[in-house]
Amino acid sequence: MCGNEALSEAAIIAGLDAYFGYPITPQNEITAYMSRRMPEQGKVFVQSESELAAINMVFGASATGKRSMTTSSSPGISLMQEGISYLAGAELPAVVVNVMRGGPGLGNISPSQGDYFQATRGGGHGDYKTIVIAPSSVQELADSMSRAFDLADIYRMTVLILADGILGQMMEPVVLDKKPKPPLPAKDWALTGAKQRPQNIVRSLWLKDGALEKLNYKLQEKYRQVQKNETRCEQYMVDDADIVIVAYGIVARIAISAVNKARQEGIKAGLIRPITLWPFPTEQIDKASEELRIFLVVEMSCGQMVDDVKLAIAGKSPVVFHGRPGGGVPSVDEILEKIRQLTVRNSV
Amino acid sequence: MKTVFKRTPSLKDTQTHYCPGCGHGLAHRLLAEAIDELGIHDRTIGIAPVGCAVLAYDYLDVDMIEVAHGRAPAVATGMKRTNPDKIIFSYQGDGDLAAIGTAEIIHAAHRAEQITVIFINNAVFGMTGGQMAPTTLLGQVTTTTPQGRQSNGQGFPLQISELLAILPGAIYVERCSVYNPAQISNTKKAIKHAFELQMNGAKGLSLVEVLSPCPTYWHMSPARSMEWIEKEMTKVFPLGKLKDIA
Ligand code: SF4
Repeated sequence: MCGNEALSEAAIIAGLDAYFGYPITPQNEITAYMSRRMPEQGKVFVQSESELAAINMVFGASATGKRSMTTSSSPGISLMQEGISYLAGAELPAVVVNVMRGGPGLGNISPSQGDYFQATRGGGHGDYKTIVIAPSSVQELADSMSRAFDLADIYRMTVLILADGILGQMMEPVVLDKKPKPPLPAKDWALTGAKQRPQNIVRSLWLKDGALEKLNYKLQEKYRQVQKNETRCEQYMVDDADIVIVAYGIVARIAISAVNKARQEGIKAGLIRPITLWPFPTEQIDKASEELRIFLVVEMSCGQMVDDVKLAIAGKSPVVFHGRPGGGVPSVDEILEKIRQLTVRNSV
Repeated sequence: MKTVFKRTPSLKDTQTHYCPGCGHGLAHRLLAEAIDELGIHDRTIGIAPVGCAVLAYDYLDVDMIEVAHGRAPAVATGMKRTNPDKIIFSYQGDGDLAAIGTAEIIHAAHRAEQITVIFINNAVFGMTGGQMAPTTLLGQVTTTTPQGRQSNGQGFPLQISELLAILPGAIYVERCSVYNPAQISNTKKAIKHAFELQMNGAKGLSLVEVLSPCPTYWHMSPARSMEWIEKEMTKVFPLGKLKDIA
């Protein structure tokens, strides 16, 4: 199965009630898959007139307590930002998948990680966050879906799966399992018709003096809980490493090969792979930087996550960036060469 | 003493923030009465727009959501598709429906979504301070048409209900008003009919346009506003059924 199909089936297994989407490359396998599978399951599939409409359909379905999602690629995700901000304000759960492509503008359909800032800083207007999960294999992409729906329901917020064109198109064997659900909070806020209970209202407008400030503090408290409980990252051979690569998604896969090759050459290299980009594994990186070592951040962009790495390290260790924007993919040899240069220079 | 008029339960017992003589209060009452008379209070979900009626949920006592400007028909789609047993309505002004939300309303009708739209046309943006709406009449002075609306450069009044009525997915489109008691009772009849279609599972979108006064930004008295609807607005926006498959 390709990544796009695997994530679709995993979402259905996770109890997806409705899928809304608009075609855009490189994620069209998802809309095609959903258009076939959702009706088979007696579930809802709608091809919307735009990404703007798709995210608002999610908004509507989610407000009634249903599990819904949309998927798109970079330019389409830009259009969805209005809706994602409203979802944050209204505290509605939602799952959005961004199979990133090169930008800015129409860019191209090659893989990219250029939407890191947009994803991890909220993306739309206002003070808010979305949980951002960045899988690095098709299996992990599939596994992320049920976790994404659970997190969305638990925290009543948008969970963004940040993938890229390679992951979406890549074919890998994958095991799809129905996982036991954690106990989820009852959706007593959902709009189901005011039958023998007072009216429910879903809103993001707060005009009364101080009301919006209060909502924002409440959101921030929720975000602190997410940071405390839901930060995930993977560490590979970091303990004795002189050079630590920080990379996420498909780039981390490439970087692991470079780390292994470097080790064969006697260079002590390691890897930290943030799995959640927000919340960012600041503590883990901070801890790794207590010993003086070089941090090499590799991204398919001109340097976005590198800012978060620098913030985590706060000057304790040197941070070097290597990136390829606009559809360029860093190769194993390219990263290895960078590792060599940095470690040679360091030992001189 | 015999009670000849009482507040219907789906309308809250509270003061609205609307200006004196505004049509929204009247439209809310008709909507609430229709909901109660049809006995659908328990399964109705309403969508409030961005505009003067953004706080409609403070006055209407049914489950409600407030959504981004113009997006109500998309939100309604998400709700109705996942809850076919619920009665879904959006309440939208002319800026919301005929300007920023044109794509959403056209495509909801185009897909024959089984939702009901209450479209309040008062020919002006109220909430933001009286700017030109797509439905502003030619010559009408607004804060963004200080010389009066000119077709050359500002376009003609947009008859969006006529546009929608030609779509096969729109099954009922009627333009009503509230400028006299007969029109008021006809508006309520239209709203009820639109809901009944949805209750009966009729395959498509029903829309009731209501020509409604905005005395504040028409710079007229409430009484004069009603006259203006009857004499001027209905010339450009003729009342009547544009389509009814029932
Ligand atoms: S500005 Fe116009 S539409 Fe808005 S509340 Fe006042 S009269 Fe009504």
